[in-house]
Amino acid sequence: MNESIRAILKEHARLSADVDALADDADLYAAGLTSHATVTVMLALEEAFSLEFPDRMMRRRSFESIAAIRAAIEELKGERVAS
Amino acid sequence: MKALSPVGEGLVARAHKVRQVAAEHADDVDRKARFPVEALLALRQERLLGAYVPAAFGGESATISDIAAVCEALARGCSTTGMVYAMHQIQVACIVRHAQGDAFFAQYLREMAERQPLVASATSEAGVGGDTRRSICAVVRQANQITLEKNATVISYGAQADDILATARRTPEAVESDQALVLVRKAEYSLEPTSGWDTLGMRGTCSLGFMLRAASPADHVLSAPFADVSAQTMAPVSHILWASVWLGIATEAVRRARETVRAEAKKKPGSTPASASRLAELVNRIHTMRAAIWDAVHEYERRMATPDELASLAFTVRMNNLKIAASESVVEIVSRALLICGIAGYRYDSKVSVGRQLRDAYSAGVMILNDRLYATNATLLLAVRED
Repeated sequence: MNESIRAILKEHARLSADVDALADDADLYAAGLTSHATVTVMLALEEAFSLEFPDRMMRRRSFESIAAIRAAIEELKGERVAS
Repeated sequence: MKALSPVGEGLVARAHKVRQVAAEHADDVDRKARFPVEALLALRQERLLGAYVPAAFGGESATISDIAAVCEALARGCSTTGMVYAMHQIQVACIVRHAQGDAFFAQYLREMAERQPLVASATSEAGVGGDTRRSICAVVRQANQITLEKNATVISYGAQADDILATARRTPEAVESDQALVLVRKAEYSLEPTSGWDTLGMRGTCSLGFMLRAASPADHVLSAPFADVSAQTMAPVSHILWASVWLGIATEAVRRARETVRAEAKKKPGSTPASASRLAELVNRIHTMRAAIWDAVHEYERRMATPDELASLAFTVRMNNLKIAASESVVEIVSRALLICGIAGYRYDSKVSVGRQLRDAYSAGVMILNDRLYATNATLLLAVRED
């Protein structure tokens, strides 16, 4: 999953750092992620993983690192299975 | 409903004293585009600059509602004074909410309560296109000192302030959006004006452009990232306090319209003057404006305990909308008041003049251009699912 997330970040996040060089827990905001780009990234993630981010997850923290994005996606997928 | 704290009631009573002083000099401040020194002195005498500082640091633990009510009261006497006070309080709120844990700022809060320094803001910069969430300049650290050189397109009352809270990239290597806030104190910086301030309204805010050069101790850098400070405090508190200033301007214009209508009614006892129905419409609009602002203030206060809720996209949209709506209301209300006051309202030498208020009101739409906020909301709303 981390690879798909990286591919989406490469295409949509407009980072000033090289996505491949970032650790999974690296701070994406420190790498240049803006709140506008976060929206684009979120829409791409929803499309790629067929899910919807609810408002409660639309926070800075949900997108702060590759690991955080992965955790958010897993949480949403888990909810879908559970319901 | 305002629902002020007991502290707030006291603050507002003191603010009305300052309002008298501010009103006395407002025309001169406006005509000469000079800083309202008399009102600032009165604000210090009434100890209003440090009111938001928590009691644990010697302040009065005022709430945002209280400060909003003070802004409104001051702006009724002089828009410039209200706006200077609002901008100062935005800096205070950022420090109170995000820097209490930093040793230097804990001591600075005590000083704010006691000595009441006036704090200005340097967030805008040449080359970032008005986006306060990007900086070109950077904090340069050498041992226990930092230096900063910023080409600030606007520092309101920069030349009159004691201290300045400036944004910059956290380090020379950091990306443009990785910013920190730095407090630079009077003895630590120089300002070189790069533009004047000869404007339609809000003339006494003296919002010149400056080249800011500072060398300060390294602990004057807030440890909290500016991204959090901006989303949770600086942006929403700015919108709330600016809107409260505009409400004060609108309230004063309505008062003058009311005085005009009453004078007409007295001339022909028993009949309701034609302007009375225009006044009824006007009062309807200001009630709506006031309700929208207080609703937003209470929503902000309700969310304050949960920083995540303050930083949510839905709330950002909401606060942007508060700014847009209030900035449009103030122009509309003052314009309508002018039509009620008639030629006496149009003249500067009458006691129901609303000329200055009208010019000041037009600043609201351009303090962060409404089009920019609509553009931001348009993007954010792609992600927000509920209101």
